[in-house]
Amino acid sequence: MLWALFRRDLLLIARSPAIWLPVMFFVLVAALFPFAVGPDARLLARIAPGIIWVAALLASLLPVETLLAPDVEDGSIDQLIARGIALELVCAARIAAHWLGFAVPLLAALPVAGVLLGLDAATGLRLGLALLLGTPALASLAVVAAALTAGLKGGGALAGLIVLPLALPVLIFGVGSDVAGAFRLLGAASLVALAVGPFAAAAALKPE
Amino acid sequence: MLFEGVSARVAPGGALLLVGPNGTGKSSLLRLLAGLLPAAAGSVAFAGRRAFAGHEVALKPRQSLGAELSHWARLDGGLARLPAALEAMNLAALVDVPCRMLSSGQKRRAAIARVIAAGAELWLLDEPTAGLDTASAGLLARAMAAHRAAGGLVVAAVHGDIGLDGAGSLRLG
Repeated sequence: MLWALFRRDLLLIARSPAIWLPVMFFVLVAALFPFAVGPDARLLARIAPGIIWVAALLASLLPVETLLAPDVEDGSIDQLIARGIALELVCAARIAAHWLGFAVPLLAALPVAGVLLGLDAATGLRLGLALLLGTPALASLAVVAAALTAGLKGGGALAGLIVLPLALPVLIFGVGSDVAGAFRLLGAASLVALAVGPFAAAAALKPE
Repeated sequence: MLFEGVSARVAPGGALLLVGPNGTGKSSLLRLLAGLLPAAAGSVAFAGRRAFAGHEVALKPRQSLGAELSHWARLDGGLARLPAALEAMNLAALVDVPCRMLSSGQKRRAAIARVIAAGAELWLLDEPTAGLDTASAGLLARAMAAHRAAGGLVVAAVHGDIGLDGAGSLRLG
């Protein structure tokens, strides 16, 4: 069941033209910062992890209005509930598909962003690992926000306000991944978000 | 409170029509039966599987009709039943058409085909003939008759006759 839901979600995400938005946004932000901050390579390299994390966080929010709202509006969620399919499963599948849809292209684009910001290979690799650990949490938070704002006008902006504070732990441990133990804390924060996400999103979608 | 003191019983092979003016809670009662709304009080006693066709057709505009219905049939474990369901609603020629190209009547027929393919005992239909031409309404009536002949149940919110012989009716409002 989970597999069928996941396959469907991934297919719909992969077919949507919005699939390219997060990764293009990510690369554009990385390309803009050298212009905004100036050509000081040392400064750029120092703030690069922070830039990349914030860009990744915002990129995860770009498709938030297409994550669940269309399914609520077109009756797909009704169809799933009428079949007795647990919404927790539906949301877990959606989180996995959203992660694959936004984080994997973003990780693939990381070398480009790294070059634009003058990152060295070792830092870039560590940053890639941190993103690999932290982006599932971002996907989970985005789906929760999508569930909370589904059916609201202008839900995307509200979703941003919901997710950004909740993403702070991931951001802190992700940017600070050169400090000992930060990887473990990042993994822990990610696991908490992943464990809570499907239940929180399902609770928001349940008929009241 | 939308309605209270409502009670009905449907035997296997039976059908129940929910009738009444607009806004008296026919759709809400159907959604309640489908598990989409909690009841403030009272209960629904039914153990089998339900298939629901509401106002929203739950078809993704970019997907082909065949792909959409296959997805739901797969969730229902009813892929083998899908070709017959498509045939029953005269949709076999449209399987490769993207859902955004379908007319509202064709989408409605697709929603009914999904109900048929679900293989559920209880069909919950919200104004199933809305937007259907006479021939399609006839197909629906035949599908419902076949379903009831096999011991299935139909509960439908309706305005007017949808071709359910010997159906009980529950008036709201």
